[in-house]
Amino acid sequence: MALINPAPPADSLAPERAGAARFTQVGKPVTRIDAVDKVTGRAKFTYDLLPTDHLVAKVVRSTIASGRVLSFDLDEALAEPGVVAIFTCLDEGLPTYQFASPGHPWVVDPEERGDIEDRTLMDSRVRQYGDTIGVLVAEDTVAAERALRKIKVEYEEYPVVFTYEQSQDPDYAPPIHEECPNNVQADWLTEVGVEEAGYSSMEELLHDPQYHSGSYHMRTPRQQQAHIELCLSFCYEENGQIVCVTSTQIPHIVRRVIGQALEIPWGDVRVIKPFVGGGFGNKQDVLYEPLNAWVCHKLGGRCVLLELTREEVFEQTRSRQPKDYYGEACWDDDMNLVARSCEGFSNSGGYASHGQAIIANGLGSFRFMYSGQEKACRTRALTFYSNQATAGAMRAYGVPEATWAAECMVSDIAHDMGWDGADFRAKNAIKLGYEDVTWPAPLICQSNGIQECIERGRELIGWDEKKRRYANETGPVRHGVGMSLLCYKCSVGGLELETASARMTLNQDGSVVLTLGATEIGQGCDTVMCQMCAEVLGVPVEKVHIVSTQDTNISPYGAGAYASRQTYVTGMTIKQVGAEFKAKILDYARYLKPYYNGQDLDIADSWVVDAAGRRVISLEELSTIAYYDRKRSDQIEASGTTEEDVNSFCLGACFVDVTVDIPMATVTVNQIVQVHDSGQIINPKTAEQQVHGGIAQSLGMGLYEELIEDPATGKTRNGNLLDYKIPTTMDVPDLTAEFVETWDPTGPFGNKSLGEPPCIPCAPAIRDAVLDATGVKFYEAPMTQQRLFEGFKAAGLL
Amino acid sequence: MEMRILSCTVNGKPVQVGYDVRECLLDTLHDRLGLTSVKRGCEVGECGACTVLIDGVATDTCLYLTAWAEGKTIETVEGLQAPDGTLDVVQQAFVDEFAVQCGFCIPGLIMSAEEMVRSGKTFTRDEIRKCLSGHLCRCTGYQNIVNAVEKATNLVNGMVGEEASGTEEVA
Amino acid sequence: MYDIVYYHEAESVQDAVRALTEHPEARVIAGGTDVLVQIREGRFGPCELVSIHELRDELWGVTLDEDETICIGPITWFHAVNTDPICQERIPVLCDACDTPGGPQLRVSGTVGGNLCNGITSADTASTFFAFGAELVLEGPNGRRVVPIEKWYAGPGKTVREQNEVLVQIRIPKSHYEGFTGEYIKYGKRRALEIATMGCCCLVKLADDHETIEDVRFAYGVAGPNPCRSEAAENIARGKTVAEAAPLVGEAALEDLHPRDSWRASKDFREQLIKEMTKRALVEAAAKGGSTASWK
Repeated sequence: MALINPAPPADSLAPERAGAARFTQVGKPVTRIDAVDKVTGRAKFTYDLLPTDHLVAKVVRSTIASGRVLSFDLDEALAEPGVVAIFTCLDEGLPTYQFASPGHPWVVDPEERGDIEDRTLMDSRVRQYGDTIGVLVAEDTVAAERALRKIKVEYEEYPVVFTYEQSQDPDYAPPIHEECPNNVQADWLTEVGVEEAGYSSMEELLHDPQYHSGSYHMRTPRQQQAHIELCLSFCYEENGQIVCVTSTQIPHIVRRVIGQALEIPWGDVRVIKPFVGGGFGNKQDVLYEPLNAWVCHKLGGRCVLLELTREEVFEQTRSRQPKDYYGEACWDDDMNLVARSCEGFSNSGGYASHGQAIIANGLGSFRFMYSGQEKACRTRALTFYSNQATAGAMRAYGVPEATWAAECMVSDIAHDMGWDGADFRAKNAIKLGYEDVTWPAPLICQSNGIQECIERGRELIGWDEKKRRYANETGPVRHGVGMSLLCYKCSVGGLELETASARMTLNQDGSVVLTLGATEIGQGCDTVMCQMCAEVLGVPVEKVHIVSTQDTNISPYGAGAYASRQTYVTGMTIKQVGAEFKAKILDYARYLKPYYNGQDLDIADSWVVDAAGRRVISLEELSTIAYYDRKRSDQIEASGTTEEDVNSFCLGACFVDVTVDIPMATVTVNQIVQVHDSGQIINPKTAEQQVHGGIAQSLGMGLYEELIEDPATGKTRNGNLLDYKIPTTMDVPDLTAEFVETWDPTGPFGNKSLGEPPCIPCAPAIRDAVLDATGVKFYEAPMTQQRLFEGFKAAGLL
Repeated sequence: MEMRILSCTVNGKPVQVGYDVRECLLDTLHDRLGLTSVKRGCEVGECGACTVLIDGVATDTCLYLTAWAEGKTIETVEGLQAPDGTLDVVQQAFVDEFAVQCGFCIPGLIMSAEEMVRSGKTFTRDEIRKCLSGHLCRCTGYQNIVNAVEKATNLVNGMVGEEASGTEEVA
Repeated sequence: MYDIVYYHEAESVQDAVRALTEHPEARVIAGGTDVLVQIREGRFGPCELVSIHELRDELWGVTLDEDETICIGPITWFHAVNTDPICQERIPVLCDACDTPGGPQLRVSGTVGGNLCNGITSADTASTFFAFGAELVLEGPNGRRVVPIEKWYAGPGKTVREQNEVLVQIRIPKSHYEGFTGEYIKYGKRRALEIATMGCCCLVKLADDHETIEDVRFAYGVAGPNPCRSEAAENIARGKTVAEAAPLVGEAALEDLHPRDSWRASKDFREQLIKEMTKRALVEAAAKGGSTASWK
């Protein structure tokens, strides 16, 4: 099977352009179409669109982590000047529908639904510190904040469940959700290859005396998305609909969930998504939009703003689920991993949100990534409720955590065996043709540049030379190099519905309006969508005008920005709808130029051309006539929806160079090189942007970032941008991002995905480099100064 | 709380605007003057998204009471484009270097870079990182932002090598 | 919008003192970087403010007295102190300390006087002012009084300043700085926008051989509820060469300093930092005076 970087198949779009120059728009460093709007301040984000005349809503939050609200005393609060209304969880007539908040397509068959419907707008059962027990509306924020402080609440308190062990002790506390008596949302065991390898059990294989073996306990933190725009929405009623303007990754899903939560027809809700100041998964969740819509409706459709403070964003939206991983591995003397096992325990907090999907997704990558020589692999994914803050999706959806686990193991093995970490990883990395047997649809590695990624990264960082130079360092300050691989699926195709819609409309001047459900949230989606559309249609990219704002009254359905899916999945839709659109244009050309009936026509550079490339009619002339033709007036338009269940693997490798100051317990990252195989790159500059940002987030997970809760109260201690440490300009070194451009046969343009993979490997690469520098093994991310100190002390270095 | 009148210069024009004494300059610029580039990210001087120039100095407006702006000269990115629409050198560098992703932190960063350009100095990359260290960005890893600021400061203030030709372009 | 119920923009220090006296609940606001943050947290409830933000004529800038005492106006920004020629020439370690709070924008709002009046142990300039033995001049309804910094602090976040007193000058007499070189080390979790996990300032005066320590001061932030000095470390270092003293000062400092456990850092980690930072601050401060000793 000649799958390695196969030559591009004869491209139905542009057969004459086979080879390196086959694309005219795709693969080019097209300037971001939103850049000028953003540097001039013209780009409007949600708050920028807020009508002056609005009310302000603030969530009434519990000051305990677990219990039940018994009563409210609202008298003083209601007497505060400027207070309009207070609604509480003890009010009569609240909607009772329990909805699920994660941004996944709806599943019509109740039996098939994976997301847990465990929320209402507000509930007297308090499940986490700051839980929603009411909502207060005032004329301004000062009045609202004053009144909030005057609300008195009487509670019945329950013991606070923080750990898995506490969650499993029925005598310790009542279940967090009555429907889930054991607090376990799901517990899945996936075992492959044991029988085929000739063993009766995984235990037997892992402890086969002919192999080396080891066991490991890894932990990953509650990392927060920390997008710079807050989470906010405002709602008002217009034309019989509740209009919700919100900073979200998933506008169509927000509409559906508002409809469900308010028990009103979904069409009665209109969601508008303006420019979004980052989401990173936090806004792949329906947050406070239903509450905002409900309170707007209760107040007769008046405009109500619900803007969270930065502290609320940290404490009361989403984060990565904290996880514990228990790993085992065995390997032989020839650098082959023989078998691995990993049991992961994920703490989703008071509500499920994305729940089990995250840790399960992560452990998939644990299996794929080092499947190269492996005989068998076992993963267990378990997600439980606790009284911690609700966690949810964050960029790369469980894979950074599972990769931390996988890489700690690989890093230790290479170190202990005296093997070169790059050679060891290269030998055991996923191979071309790998097929995952657990996936409901074929999941095959159809393109694979991992070896080239490793080679290139190794060269760029100066791996071999630095390994030699740093080998015998002593003293308080030492240096190290380290690396990690990454493996990530291109979408959720094959597992969940992958659907996307597009509409293309021809303007009089021959330019095209492109309307999508795919959502720009800062990642550069609009730019690459325009490039793909231009490629398919044969027009210059500046002739494609994308509608950046999703408005559910106007935009076709799309699930939204998550799973790194949009370029891959919506790209397929653009290809298909573009083909229909082009056929309509060419059909109209034949109507205008009957001479070409029965002949092949194409579009190039905004001209209809014949088979020999000779110009027949410009799109501008054609379209102007089409709009106003007395016999066949036609605004040429095509729209459609496609669903896909193909998938493939994005791969890559990160290399870092660090300085470790042992007595001061600090790690300085001097250089980071990351090389990705994401198939063909649609826009090398915007792709590079994605890699840079992902690296910095992973660096944060490796060294700085974790939300910490007071174990007594469940209140977050560091929910602000001073105490929660995202990297600053001075913490991130110069970054090198490169691409190994394989051709993936499943992708619409030979491309795979890129949105999330960049934030996976830097943290474990830093861990590997610290081990290289000091010989000390760290298993808990982030490697804070406190943990470094403890590790160095335990190792006798201090 | 009482309303007062603020008189100051905003983006080159004299402005009089009524404000509530409880407001910070972020509120007044964004909500009353419609300068929506001034962004709220934290309200406590930690993110830099609300940075504007006050008398030429890059300042967080979330921690700056509007009352203090009396008589001052204030600049935001809305005021940077030339009358003919040409982007300012910093704006253009941010576009060309792909420094912009979600764009929420960008207006504030541009104003800090603007102050650097006007200093007449050139900067090493480490110095640029330090000068921009009052801005948090979650999208970019700062790489292209540092590139853009390096390019803009070299174009305007650098007189050597490749940058020299660019200097004439903007002069 | 801040929950402010009374706001007065003072026209002079006297006017500020009058307004504060008339409004016994009122607080002084200068740069705003602490007070506004606390108002937003709801710490004071509805708040009364007397602003000295605009009193540049009286309270801004650095001057040198006839006796070469350095006089710093309390509303001078961190950045303005950092770039002031008098400070750069005579007390550059204070410039270094003024270059560490927050980020550049904070350093052109935040003031050195505010950094003392907030009473916070982690205040970046406090340990350096402490090492210099700064004298703080307060003006109240009954006139002026001078408080040595050793008597300034009154528990976590508290100072001896009365509600209706305004800090009007920070003085560093010549004898407190002449002949000293200094080093301030701020230890934080990241490299900017940071609050100190530990801060250490060392001032050292070397003999003519550039190695023997004639006099030395070690001052710390976050090593206790208030900024403080370690006499034990100073005593053990005095008279020794830098190389002799360097391995000893850290342990000695721990005789005076008793950091505590918190979620931000454990007691033993803070002790490790005190040991290491005391040593490094001494060596780096002495290097500026010509010493060639190393901490490694």
